Amino acid sequence: MSAHAEMTPLLSVRGVSKRYGAQIGCADMSFDLYPGEVMGIVGESGSGKSTLLACLAGHLRPDTGSVLFDTRADGLRDTVRMSEPERRMMSRTDWAFVHQNPRDGLRMAVSAGGNVGERLMAVGARNYGDIRRSAVDWLDRVEIDTGRIDDRPSTFSGGMQQRLQIARNLVTGPRLVFMDEPTGGLDVSVQARLLDLLRGLVRDMGLSAIIVTHDLAVVRLLADRLMVMKSGCVVEAGLTDQVLDDPQHAYTQLLVSSVLQV
Amino acid sequence: MIELRDVRKTFTLHNQGAAVIDVLDRVTLSVARGECVALTGASGAGKSTLMRLIYGNYKAQGGRIEVGGVDLVTAMPREVIRVRREVLGHVSQFLRVVPRVPTLDVVADPLLLAGAAPEEAREAAAGLLERVNIPRALWSLSPTTFSGGEQQRVNIARGFVHPYPALLLDEPTASLDPANREVVLALIEEAKARGAAIVGIFHDAAARARVCDREVDVSRFAPGAAA
Repeated sequence: MSAHAEMTPLLSVRGVSKRYGAQIGCADMSFDLYPGEVMGIVGESGSGKSTLLACLAGHLRPDTGSVLFDTRADGLRDTVRMSEPERRMMSRTDWAFVHQNPRDGLRMAVSAGGNVGERLMAVGARNYGDIRRSAVDWLDRVEIDTGRIDDRPSTFSGGMQQRLQIARNLVTGPRLVFMDEPTGGLDVSVQARLLDLLRGLVRDMGLSAIIVTHDLAVVRLLADRLMVMKSGCVVEAGLTDQVLDDPQHAYTQLLVSSVLQV
Repeated sequence: MIELRDVRKTFTLHNQGAAVIDVLDRVTLSVARGECVALTGASGAGKSTLMRLIYGNYKAQGGRIEVGGVDLVTAMPREVIRVRREVLGHVSQFLRVVPRVPTLDVVADPLLLAGAAPEEAREAAAGLLERVNIPRALWSLSPTTFSGGEQQRVNIARGFVHPYPALLLDEPTASLDPANREVVLALIEEAKARGAAIVGIFHDAAARARVCDREVDVSRFAPGAAA
């Protein structure tokens, strides 16, 4: 990757705020995310991290601010002011969203292969053989037995469902992945395998990602940089291990020192 | 290769009455290619703190820390990440890995991050694991269940698999038997011979005498000490 290509942020967030009545969701958020960068957002429940993610991914309309994305065709575009069909196309091609609960990101009544193929068809794939081949390839990449391709995800374990959701999201080769507590509902033993899988995919595909979680161990392993949120605002941001090993802000110090040692 | 100028480090403990602890002040240090510098000083003098400042996981309150021409004090996170991938290796005392990942992949990881092809990375990883005497039967297992000495050797293999131009070594020979200690010292000598700038903490005095070109007593950087 050339130095020049790294200069343009993939995502440029400027002054994004969202209120719920008198309640602040998130206030005046600004940052740049560069190609290949993985950013973690941590904070306790109600800190505004999920609100921010929803604003960035186009699920919520911020009250103010802009979310500029470096589109393949037209360069930087403000996704907040895009038309709904344009934004929907974006969320099927360049963006991916991995929900905490795989049921929110999968169609439970459709086969595993269908879940992966459906996203390809949404961007225009028509050849059944090609779609099936991609589905098999992706099930294999997320370590799901390809013999289960015609089974419905409702017959899968939680960890398998989460890996299927990831396959469905990544099959179209997105450049930016939003993840909301991707390991949240999983057993610890399953989490480790998923983390390793995500790490490998991010590295091999050169993905940029924004991961919202309250698990500091997850961000340490996955995220290059970290943003700590409290009451809708950023209290500290920087290199992940610097924020965790040498936190500067009182709240981050409290957060880090509150983790139970195993 | 590694240049520190007037580096200052304090810790502010906000949740303990905002106590401020001054640890290091006016740290100036220069390590050339092919040179190995040992940090010395009593426990608590700030040796580990200084290593972490150079690695960038501690934030300096002032000064410059240049590694391979990049000032890590003011660099953006992605620049620090790039320096760590390409320039600055780090052998810490403790192995921190994703659970359940096989040892061979743990060791190959730095090469993959630096952009090597998977087969090439695994081959280099296998070569190093062989050198540090990790039995082949263990390569497919996660190192999290290994003994302390084995974990330390996996950590060493991981730290030396990519030919970093700069290296930080935190007690690289601790908990090693004489044969493996010899292997690690040879690895350090080879790294120096190919031009790596090395900063290390060695409690093993004989090891220090053999591989280090000079010693820097960090207590001279204690705040208030005569410069």
